Amino acid sequence: MSFDESHGSPRRPSMRTPLGRVRNLGAAHSGTSDFWRQRITGVAMTLLMIPALVIIMMLLGRNQVYAAQTLSSIPVAVILLLFIFASAWHMKIGMQVVIEDYVHNEKLKLTAIMLNNFFSVAVALASTYAILKLSSGV
Amino acid sequence: MLGRNKHQKPPMTARIERPLSPHIQTYRWTLTMALSIVHRATGIALYVGTLLLVWWLVAAASGPAAYAHVQAFSSSIIGRLIVFGYTWALMHHMLSGIRHFVWDLGYGFKANEREALTWGALIGGIALTVLIWIIAYANGGGR
Repeated sequence: MSFDESHGSPRRPSMRTPLGRVRNLGAAHSGTSDFWRQRITGVAMTLLMIPALVIIMMLLGRNQVYAAQTLSSIPVAVILLLFIFASAWHMKIGMQVVIEDYVHNEKLKLTAIMLNNFFSVAVALASTYAILKLSSGV
Repeated sequence: MLGRNKHQKPPMTARIERPLSPHIQTYRWTLTMALSIVHRATGIALYVGTLLLVWWLVAAASGPAAYAHVQAFSSSIIGRLIVFGYTWALMHHMLSGIRHFVWDLGYGFKANEREALTWGALIGGIALTVLIWIIAYANGGGR
């Protein structure tokens, strides 16, 4: 928003061409990085889906002691950590797209995007903390 | 140059009648259009549903009492419906997303191809959900 140099004053002429200024950036000023990360995390979750489902199936109807024991094994913990990391990132980007599409009031939009970041980080951190706590056996 | 441009410009008050882009009500409903909305809706549902995943993991790390609450919820009728709906949203969103990957790679844009991909995601999502729940019940999840 405030990075716009296109109205550069005569005293401070920019050497950059209009195309150079917008190239790889677009309306969000962050280019296609979110688009690409959305794909990476989507592919990651698709690959992790079967192992993640197997883990959940293993724990169905079992008690907490068995669940804690299973979740603390290294392969299970790593698969779930990867899945959670990809999910949190994927959903953060997805919800931001939804917000940017439907919330037109600038202040409300920025607030919503901020809350979206908080929620996604909280989901990722709470899950990660739980898995690490189980893995460290405390 | 400047002077000539100024004279050619219409007055600022004059409203220029430009064609408007038709909005969603104007179009005949198509399968891909409806499923595009479903993709987004399932994404939003999954976003909220991650709270269940967090609750489950935090409860497992907290102890038997907290874990018993999660199990009581997931074996209740409402809880089971929510988890069933969550399973479908996840499977549908995944298959629908794979369909998007196919399009991203530049394939499947012909009318019959995109319809087939979309039907595939719709039917596949339901089929996988039912399959998962059959395995889950066979595996003792119904206990």
